[in-house]
Order: sequence, then structure tokens, then C-alpha cells
Amino acid sequence: MSANHAIDSQLDKRLDEIRTGVSETVSVDDIKEVVESIMGSMQGELTATDIQLYLELESLASFIDAAKSDIAALRPDEVTDDYIPTATDELDAIVDATAEATNRIMDYAEIIEGVCDDVSPEVADKLMEATTNIFEACGFQDITGQRITKVVNALKEIDDKVNRLVDAFGSEIDRYKAAMPQEEPEENKKITDEDLLGGPQLQEKAQSQEEIDALLASFD
Amino acid sequence: MAVDMSMNVLIVDDYKTMLRILRNLLRQLNFVNIEDATDGTMALNVLRQTDIGLIISDWNMEPMTGIQLLREVRSDDNLKHIPFVMITAESKTENVIAAKEAGVSNYIVKPFNAETLKTKLTSVLGEF
Repeated sequence: MSANHAIDSQLDKRLDEIRTGVSETVSVDDIKEVVESIMGSMQGELTATDIQLYLELESLASFIDAAKSDIAALRPDEVTDDYIPTATDELDAIVDATAEATNRIMDYAEIIEGVCDDVSPEVADKLMEATTNIFEACGFQDITGQRITKVVNALKEIDDKVNRLVDAFGSEIDRYKAAMPQEEPEENKKITDEDLLGGPQLQEKAQSQEEIDALLASFD
Repeated sequence: MAVDMSMNVLIVDDYKTMLRILRNLLRQLNFVNIEDATDGTMALNVLRQTDIGLIISDWNMEPMTGIQLLREVRSDDNLKHIPFVMITAESKTENVIAAKEAGVSNYIVKPFNAETLKTKLTSVLGEF
């Protein structure tokens, strides 16, 4: 068997491993490995065509490297680790808050409705009409809840797809994170005015009025 | 024939707020006995244990949807006579056609008002 045949056979074997080892996608590292393997196999006397092919493959390998760095620099892991969970938590909080508010509105509408027996029929009719309108209007919570659920499901789809991207580029992202740490250590981080514009906190994270009072009192 | 306002009405919706809204509106229409369920499976359990005279159901629920509940009801000899009104935000033509083919008695699109609810129930049950 010639050296070239041996290399071809090794390359075939590696390609077969990649084919059987993945269902839908081939990792960028695998592609790079195969390209480098082809380049490494081009030994001995080279024709002009071989050189052209070699240059094309070299350019392809450089392109893959650049693409990997670019994608890693976008930090897709932050999307799945931080942005999407935050967004879905905020949306869930909206649904909970509107449900709570709607139930409170209905509590009081039911109290008003209960007064109908104690007043004149004319007043009772007016109160009944008002409470009917309140009950109808409370239907907004059901509709907004369903719309928000659709958005949450869309975010989960995006999360799933970005996760696949993170899996494919995992090692490159880790290298980028190590080389370019974005966050300063917590103790060195200076809080900016922008950091203080976080909007309403989620209920489980929010401080109560009592906790804030205690915090303020601690400065006295 | 006069509508029996003491019949058991089953309302089915996965949003508790909507169950409460429906309960209040039905009470204002003088229905006094109202049962509720938060999905199709729970509704079937109620239907097999209680004599229900009217079903008002949402469509989009898990694990059993409103349309699946409707099909179950219509294929059950003991339940298939019960009027079934779908109240849903699903307003696409194909939804309405599917519901009609499954044997829905009437179809109300959310958001709805008390007047629409009364009109549709009247068309299903008769004047009350």
C-alpha cells in the first residue's frame, strides 16, 4: 500500500467516524481537523493544481478560524445563560402580577355586586351593569397571558438553537472567555448610573419596604 | 321548554382568572350551579361523576385540549347530548371548522362580553 493510500484510508476512516458520530451537525473542530488532514497529506512533488488546491484549503482553514473567533466573540453562551432566562422570568412575573391584580379587581367587584340586595332596584341595576363591565374587562388577563406564553415558547426555541451553537463552538468560546474576560471582578467593579436602571425586581429577589427601611436606618 | 337555570354548568379553562370571570358572568345570568375544571382530562372526570347540562370550554389547554375534550364528549353515549360551547382566542377559520366538524354547539371568541355570552347560550339552550 502506498503512503498516499494509507493517508486516504485514515482520512476516510475519520470522515466515517464523523458521519456516524453526529446526526445533524458537524462541529467546526471536526471540519478543521479534516481540512488540516488533507493539507498534511499533500506531500512530495506538487503540481500547479495541487498547489492551487492547497492554497484554497489553507484559505478555508483560515476562514473557519476567523469565523470561530467571530462567533465566540459574540458570546452566544450569554444568550442562553443570562438574557433568555432573565427575559422568561420577567415575562412570567408579568403574568403573575396581572393575575394577582385581576383577582383583586374582581374581589372588589364581587363586594360591590353583593351590595345590590341592599339598595333600590334602580341603583342595583347600575351596580350590576358596572360589575358586569368590570368582569368583562378582566378578560384581558387571559388574552395577555396567552400572548406572553407564545413569546416565552418562541424564546425557548431560540434558546435551544443558540445552545446548539454554543455546543458546536464551546471550546472556542472558552478560549475567548479566557483571553477576553468581560467582567471585572465584582469587588473592583464600579457601579454606573446605567447599572442602577434595572427596572422592577422579580418578586423573589425584590427587597421589601421593611428591608429597605432597615437598610436606610443602618446608615444613621 | 324553559331553561332549567339550576342545571350544572361545567366551565373549563386553564386560566383561573377566566374561570372566575365566567363564573361571575354566569351567576349574573342566573345560573346557580357552576362546576369548573382546568383542563380536558379533569373536565371528563367531572362529566363522568356529575350530571352536567352545559359545557363551556376553552380550547388551548394541556394535556387535553378543548377540541379533544369535545371529541371525547361527542363519542361518549352518556355525554354526547350535552351542549358544548367553545370560548377561545383561537379565531382562525380552520379552528372554527374543526370545532364544527367535532360537533360544537356554538363558538365564542375571546375577548367576549356578557351580551355575547347570553346571546350564544340562548341560541344553544333557548330563551332564559
